[in-house]
Amino acid sequence: MKRFVGFVRKEFYHIFRDKRSLFILFGMPIAQILLFGFAITNEINNVDIGILDQANDVTSKEIINKISASKHFSIVDIIHQESSIESIFKKGKVKAVLQFENNFGNNLIKEKQANVQVLTDATDPNMASTISNYISSILKKYQQELNENISIDYQIMPQSRMVYNAELKSVYMFVPGIMTVILMLVSAMMTSISITREKEQGTMEILLVSPLKPFQVIIGKVFPYIFLSVINAVVIVLLSIFVFNVPVNGSLFLLGIESVLFIITSLALGILISTISATQQTAMMISLMGLMLPTILLSGFIFPISSMPLPLQVISNIIPAKWFIIIVKGIMLKGIGIGFVLKETFILLLMTLVFIGVSVKKYKIRLE
Amino acid sequence: MGITISNISKSYGEINALSDISFDVKPGELFGLIGPDGAGKTTLFRILTTLLIADNGQATVAGYDVLNDYKSIRNSVGYMPGRFSLYQDLTVEENLNFFATIFGTTIEENYDLVKDIYVQIEPFKNRRAGKLSGGMKQKLALSCALIHKPKVLFLDEPTTGVDPVSRKEFWEMLKRLQKKGITILVSTPYMDEAALCDRIALIQNGNILEIDTPNAIVSHFPKPLYNISAHNMYNLIESLTNYEHTYSIFPFGEFVHYTDKRDPIDKASLKTYLEFQGLTDIKIEKTQPTIEDTFMELAK
Repeated sequence: MKRFVGFVRKEFYHIFRDKRSLFILFGMPIAQILLFGFAITNEINNVDIGILDQANDVTSKEIINKISASKHFSIVDIIHQESSIESIFKKGKVKAVLQFENNFGNNLIKEKQANVQVLTDATDPNMASTISNYISSILKKYQQELNENISIDYQIMPQSRMVYNAELKSVYMFVPGIMTVILMLVSAMMTSISITREKEQGTMEILLVSPLKPFQVIIGKVFPYIFLSVINAVVIVLLSIFVFNVPVNGSLFLLGIESVLFIITSLALGILISTISATQQTAMMISLMGLMLPTILLSGFIFPISSMPLPLQVISNIIPAKWFIIIVKGIMLKGIGIGFVLKETFILLLMTLVFIGVSVKKYKIRLE
Repeated sequence: MGITISNISKSYGEINALSDISFDVKPGELFGLIGPDGAGKTTLFRILTTLLIADNGQATVAGYDVLNDYKSIRNSVGYMPGRFSLYQDLTVEENLNFFATIFGTTIEENYDLVKDIYVQIEPFKNRRAGKLSGGMKQKLALSCALIHKPKVLFLDEPTTGVDPVSRKEFWEMLKRLQKKGITILVSTPYMDEAALCDRIALIQNGNILEIDTPNAIVSHFPKPLYNISAHNMYNLIESLTNYEHTYSIFPFGEFVHYTDKRDPIDKASLKTYLEFQGLTDIKIEKTQPTIEDTFMELAK
C-alpha cells in the first residue's frame, strides 16, 4: 500500500509540474465548453436577408414588418430589380432574399393565392433549410391570422410541442457531447502519454527491475486521472447548470456514477493505447486521431447517428462515447433513472472489461 | 551467490548481439565488462536484469534464475541503466524517496549505505534531477540503485559522459560499496577504469575475448612494447605503417605503441629507417602494455 501511495504521489508531482498537461487537464475543458456553448450553435439569430418587394402594398409591408420584428432576421438590403439578387448573394451580403410578386396583396384577396419566393444561399445547406423553415413559419402564422374569421372545412392543425428542450437550445445538445469528448480525451490521452513517457525516458526500465507489479504501475498511473477527471466532470456540469441553464432533471448521483464508469472506460482505453505505442508522439496521435475524431463525428454528438449510412451506424456501436451520450442526455434532459439506461451502462462496463483484459495481456513485463 | 552466465546468446534479427557468452562473477567481486560501443554490454545487462530473454543459455543472479525467478531478481538487484533514467521533473530528494518507497524501504533505513555518495549531492536535494550536472546525475542514479540494499549491483556505463574528477570519485565509491559485500558488475568503454576492477572481461562484437584480472590480462601481451615519438606524429604513423618489420602500431597519446616482428628488436635500424623518412626528435623506449594494448591486440 505504501508503495502504491508513493507511486501516486510521484504521478501528482508529474502532473502539477508539467504546465502543458495541466493546461490540457483544466484549461481545455473550460475553453471547449464555453466555445461550444456560446459560439457554435445551430440556432439562427440576426440572419441578414434582402427584400425585393415588387408589390409594395399593405400586405407585403405587413409581412416585411413581421419578419424584421423577429429576432431571427435583420433586413439589410432592399433591392428593386430581380437582376441584382445574384450580385448581392455573390457579395455574401445576405443569406436569403424574399421576393414578393407584383400585386401581391390584390392577388391574395381576389385570387385567394399570392406568391412569395424565398431564395436562400445554400452554400451552407443546414443554414439554408433552417432559414427557409423559419420564414415559412412566419408566413404561415400570418396566413392563420388572416383566416381567423373564416371557417375552412377539413383543416389539419398540427400542434407541435418540443419536449425536453422546448426552446431548441443547441447548448442542450452540446453539453452532453462536450462532457463526453473532454472526459474521453483527458482520460485516454493523458494516461497513454504518461505511461509512454516512462518508456521513452527509460524510467520504465527501472520500474520493471523493481518489485512493483504491473497492475500496481497501471493503477498508480490511472488513479490520479480518475480523481482529476471527476473534478473535470463536476466543473462541466456546474458550468452547464449555472452558465447555460441546462437542467439536470435526473439524479445527480446517477450522473456521477455513470461518469465515473465512463472515465474508467476511457482510462482503460488509454492504457490499451500505451501498450501499443512506444513514444509519447504515437500515443498522442492515436488518441487524437483514433479517439477524438470518432468521438466527435460518430457518437451522435454533432451528427445524428440515424441519418448516417449503414456502415457508419454499425461502427458507431463500438464507440464508447455514443453510449455515454445517450446516458447523459437521458439523465440530464429527460430525467430518466437507471432502469432506462441499463443497456448502455452494461455495454460500457463490457467495453471496459475488454480493454482492461487486452491491456493486461499486452502489458510487457520485459523490454521488447 | 554472485552471477553465473552460461552459453548466453542473443540476436536482434540478423545481428548477433551476444554469441555464446559464459563467465561467472564471484560474490563480492567488482567485475568489469570492458568493450567498445555496440559490443553487447547493454544487452547482457538487460538479460541479467530480466529485461530481455536470451535466445539460448542460462544465467543466475544472486542464486536466482533470470527466467523463472525474475521476480526475486527484481527484488534483490540494483540497476543503473546506461541512459540517465530518473525522473527529471522530480527533485533529488523526491527521486531517492520514490525509489526507496517502491522497494518497500526508507532513506533512513539504508542511509549508511548511500551516505558517502548522497552527502555530495545533498546540498542540491531540492534541485530537479534534470538540472543536475552529469557527475551529480550519476551519483544520484547510483544512490537510487543502492537505496534498497541490493545484493548485486548492475552499472551500465556509469561514467560515460562524466568528467575525470567525478569518474575517479565514482570508482572510489564502488570500491567502498564492494567492501560492504555487494557484488558489482560494471561496464565501461574506458580502458583505464578496467584496472580498478578485480577481474575484467574484454568483450567485442558479442564475443568475450579474455577474462582475467587486469594484471594477468596485461601480462598476456605477447610482445615487448615500445613507445615511439617524433616531431611529426602523422609522418611517424605513416612511416611505421610502411616499415617491413612492423607487427602492430597503435597511437597512444603523444606516443605510438609499437611492436616488432623481430625478437629482439633492432632499435638502431628502426631509428635509421625513421631518420631516413625525414623524422627528427626520434625517441624509442620500452614500455609496459596497458589493457587497451591487450584489447587492441586481441581484437585484431
